[in-house]
Amino acid sequence: MHLKYESIIREPLVDGDKSYHQITEDICSPIESKPTKLWTIGFLISASLLAFGIFSVTWEVYWGTGVWNLNRTIGWGYDITNFVWWVGIGHAGTLISAILLLFRQGWRTGVNRAAEAMTIFAVMCAGQFPIWHMGRVWDAFFVLPYGNTRGPLWPNFISPLLWDVFAISTYFTVSLLFWYSGLIPDFATLRDRAKTKFRKMTYGVASFGWAGSAKHWQRHEMLSLVLAGLSTPLVLSVHTIVSFDFATSIVPGWHTTIFPPYFVAGAVFSGFAMVQTLLVLTRKVLNLQEYITIGHIEAMNKVIVLTGSIVGVAYLTELFIAYYSGVLWEQEAFRLRVMGPYWWAYWAMMTCNVVSPQLFWFKKLRRNIWFTFFMSIIVNIGMWFERFVIIMSLHRDYLPSSWSYYTPSWPEVGFYLGSFGLFFTCYFLFAKYFPVIAIAEIKFILKTSGENFKNKMDVIEEANTEHFIEEQLHHHH
Amino acid sequence: MSIKKFAVAVYDDEAVLFPAVKKVRGAGYKIHDVYTPFAVHGLDEALGEKESDLHIAGFIYGITGTCTALGFMGWIFTTDWPQNFGGKPNFPLPAFIPITFELTVLFAAVGMVLTFCYLNQIMPGVKKHIFDPRQTDDKFVLVIEVNDQNAAETEAFLKATGAEATNIQVAESDWWFGRFDKKEDYEIQQQLA
Repeated sequence: MHLKYESIIREPLVDGDKSYHQITEDICSPIESKPTKLWTIGFLISASLLAFGIFSVTWEVYWGTGVWNLNRTIGWGYDITNFVWWVGIGHAGTLISAILLLFRQGWRTGVNRAAEAMTIFAVMCAGQFPIWHMGRVWDAFFVLPYGNTRGPLWPNFISPLLWDVFAISTYFTVSLLFWYSGLIPDFATLRDRAKTKFRKMTYGVASFGWAGSAKHWQRHEMLSLVLAGLSTPLVLSVHTIVSFDFATSIVPGWHTTIFPPYFVAGAVFSGFAMVQTLLVLTRKVLNLQEYITIGHIEAMNKVIVLTGSIVGVAYLTELFIAYYSGVLWEQEAFRLRVMGPYWWAYWAMMTCNVVSPQLFWFKKLRRNIWFTFFMSIIVNIGMWFERFVIIMSLHRDYLPSSWSYYTPSWPEVGFYLGSFGLFFTCYFLFAKYFPVIAIAEIKFILKTSGENFKNKMDVIEEANTEHFIEEQLHHHH
Repeated sequence: MSIKKFAVAVYDDEAVLFPAVKKVRGAGYKIHDVYTPFAVHGLDEALGEKESDLHIAGFIYGITGTCTALGFMGWIFTTDWPQNFGGKPNFPLPAFIPITFELTVLFAAVGMVLTFCYLNQIMPGVKKHIFDPRQTDDKFVLVIEVNDQNAAETEAFLKATGAEATNIQVAESDWWFGRFDKKEDYEIQQQLA
């Protein structure tokens, strides 16, 4: 009944001799077994990092933002660097689940669930930074347009900082809905095979009472398609708007029209790197190498080398335009980036983001697990430095008397570590109690892209064309 | 709530299910529902289901979001509290685009998901009868509503369509609030009988 026929030249997306039931077993059994020692240790480390983060933030709230080393020219420091970094990471999931769905990229099914989860957790981490950066965090709700007794005085709807509020909260909500609507049928699978009462009850609630009716599946398909269509411009809009935070200000080094595409490319770049970091480990620990194959990893490495190159072109364009503009301030800002007090950050960025990903042009390296893991960390370090470089370019402004140098204080570092704690605590819980791979979607592609089904096609591929047509006609009448 | 009698056929593969659906419909049986572990393309057509109109609902929600954002910001900036931001006009349409776009997407997505849940009658705490525990795993389950007279005959017919297993079940046809770890009264009664 499968109208779609995939060439056998394409690598299978599901390795091994899998049946529908085997897929369910492979993905569900780690959820139903006791947590391993490795998991427990990892979870405890993450939870303690989170606890330290909470302590650091509490310290900041109690004493005020003065405990951070922000100064007259560098008002954003570590905090907003980390915000932009996490938001960027949170771009890969929706890109994989939405844009690759529209492009009919079959390989997305193996990785979309975990990537979307990662997106949601990354956006949760990102959201913390601007909120606590407000200082008087108890007034954070002032950003919402609600009828108030101060006039009513409304927020400024034409400020990019307010656009951020709308963009990030919409992005979080839509990603969560998209992710969860995909999870509903898989929770039903877990519910119906559950042996314990507690699991039956909790997965019963989580599955919303899903039974798998044909009409419901039809609507589910429609919902996924439209949500993908909506998320595609959304994911591009979010980092565009984040880049407006910089680009609409009249600051040398920030006030450039290249920012939106350059930020989006960078976001996809770092997001895919984080997906690689997590999935290389997850597939090994949960024994999912047959679903997240080397082919999947290679496909993502291709995206990394593409977006890394786009980012590289953007860096060079920035330098050229600064020179070509003839604007003294612009030229000085970029001279300082390259050889000013923060030269080390600039060159760390250049090495990690532009030079090293070029190694992925070699197929051997793209398909090497350990190299991929190593590179994914390097790329994320590089992308962190990119944001750091942009934000630090304020260390010398128009007034030499306020020139300064910034290093973070311990509560700033603690807050950053705490965001890792939050991210990994969530990810560990997800990897243990949620289906890490979209079960229903993998079953859907099994007969076109599974290894065992592809092998059956060998016979047909080798058959004589006329003979094949005759046989098909005979079959259908 | 209504408890009804059903003839249930369990198929092993969608390749067996499709001809079975054709035969069952051809013989004039009205299919109560078909349950599958994943979205089987073409099954809705085989069952004679119309295409879903969910996307139209999504469009309406989206337009609502657009109008809400533009109307609200426009009203605030021109009527409720006009302010002078750097000499810019009071209705700066280009600067309204980001928020308008975000609210369009937000309204469309939230509205569609809620409509999806409403149409499918699903939400946390809702329970439905699961005819076969493996219908969410690897089996394809076709269900026909029967009465005492035609039950045996229908079951025999289903058996002949290539079903791996068939049975007769008394079950709640609708949804209700319940817990999946508990057996319902009608299930207990059926077991006793």
